Amino acid sequence: MSTERLPLRVWLLMLPLLIVMLTVIGWPLIDTIRLSFSDARLVGTGGHFVGLHNFTKMLSNSYFHSAFFTTLKFSLWSVTLELVIGVLVALLLNQKFHGRTLLRALLILPWALPTVVNATLWRLIYNPEYGALNAALTQLGFLDSYRSWLGEPGTALTALIVADVWKNFPLVALIALAALQAIPNDIRAAAISDGANVWRRFRHVTLPYLLGPLMVALVLRTIEAFKVFDLIWIMTRGGPANSTRSLSILVYQEAFAFQRAGSGASLALMITLMITVLAVAYLFIMRRLAGEGR
Amino acid sequence: MEHQSLIFRIFIHTMALLVAVVILAPLAWLFIMSVSSSVDLSAKPLHWWPETLDFSRYSLLFSQSDNSAGAAFMSSLGNSIKVASMATIAALVVGVPAGWAASRNPQLGWTLGGVIGTYMLPPVALSVPLYLILAKFGLLNNVFGLALVYLSILAPFVTWLLKAGFDPIPRDLEDAASIDGARLDQMLRIVILPLALPVIATALIFAFLLAWDEFFYALLFTSNQNAKTLTVAIADLAGGRVSDYGLIATAGVIAALPPVAVGILMQRALISGLTNGGVKG
Repeated sequence: MSTERLPLRVWLLMLPLLIVMLTVIGWPLIDTIRLSFSDARLVGTGGHFVGLHNFTKMLSNSYFHSAFFTTLKFSLWSVTLELVIGVLVALLLNQKFHGRTLLRALLILPWALPTVVNATLWRLIYNPEYGALNAALTQLGFLDSYRSWLGEPGTALTALIVADVWKNFPLVALIALAALQAIPNDIRAAAISDGANVWRRFRHVTLPYLLGPLMVALVLRTIEAFKVFDLIWIMTRGGPANSTRSLSILVYQEAFAFQRAGSGASLALMITLMITVLAVAYLFIMRRLAGEGR
Repeated sequence: MEHQSLIFRIFIHTMALLVAVVILAPLAWLFIMSVSSSVDLSAKPLHWWPETLDFSRYSLLFSQSDNSAGAAFMSSLGNSIKVASMATIAALVVGVPAGWAASRNPQLGWTLGGVIGTYMLPPVALSVPLYLILAKFGLLNNVFGLALVYLSILAPFVTWLLKAGFDPIPRDLEDAASIDGARLDQMLRIVILPLALPVIATALIFAFLLAWDEFFYALLFTSNQNAKTLTVAIADLAGGRVSDYGLIATAGVIAALPPVAVGILMQRALISGLTNGGVKG
């Protein structure tokens, strides 16, 4: 089958897409690689070949280290919370109760909200002078005086994570719910009549069905979280005191604010490599799971 | 189903209520901010419900008078519609034939790998060369230039969506039509398009929304009303010295309306899409 040669007509159908992909993805990617070995500026001279200088400089740079750990912290917390809350909400929605269909429909809302609007909304909620969070916590007696949630290094990253989790746990919940509803009723009934307790039922009946779809959600969310830019740019611009500066924000500053195209490109390339490693690792795990299970 | 105890049922309903409140409260607050007077919004203690509903910000943003907040907002709204439409149409033009070819020829499965690969690519990996290309051709701060850049996101996305949508359309139909001596264009028009149209429409809507929501490239490649999109305009409002928070909220509500409306209307399709994507892996 795969050795069979494709007729010319098929290639003609593919041609426009291939041209577009090469122009707007393939060539820019190759050019990023070329730039990463040069000292090119964004405007002006083309720059000279500087070997691995950009990479060695970046790897020994404390800005890079702190941005890496900020990104890692943001991704780990966001994705973990989204998975845990998402699965719990899916388990809830798998029960029978009044308004179940309505609640499932509500899950669409945060997910459909544009990221920019989500970031703006939470920035308003966290506002140090008039924000709803300060007002609510003070009126409920949890807080004595208004705080600058996004203005203090101690709380800014947490505030960002909350905004990210609120928008993205519904996606995980919907994926997990779909998986739960695929579990045949007789398997569950058999487990109950065998006297399996709640935990054992979850572990041996529910979890195997959830694992595959959850891995997919995990891959998608981790890659997205690792690329995070919009949310941080709008809410804190990487501040205060660079405490929320992610790798993507760092590339933006390096390549566009400071116009150092060369070192910006080398940084972008390193992020791409990290994401590739993540994706390959996940694909590997998924293959393993698919091989073992069902 | 198993018998549920009263305590368990109360617990389930309480948790459901909690989840509903967590989802709705921020959204409701966005809308309330947009219709509250600035006096209400800056009151301490905060007024959670406005004295009178104030829709004046909506008419302000949709006003066309020169140099007003409305004029800037309207031009960014127009730019968003232009860029998203152009990019969507271009993506469909390249995506429909490619998606069809990939669907009918399993040997082209590698294209799917390519598509997943481009989805993983962080936009920063392409941003510097794309900037240089646009600058070279004078397409910075230009709706055509931005639409071209958006193709890097929309073209693979649309192709993948269309391929998955075309797969269930039976091949027998094409074979029968070609045996009957139909020309390729007749076959497309009479047999395939009617069946493929819902798939194409879905891809069109999602591609448009993807472009509508995009922020990173728009921030980098646009600088004023000539090409600035709605997302950048909102970020400007949020990050600027706008004293009326209600105005920022209003812009947010307007930008959120199209995707949220589509999300509600296409709920069923969305959820089944997630199911398929999620379960197939």
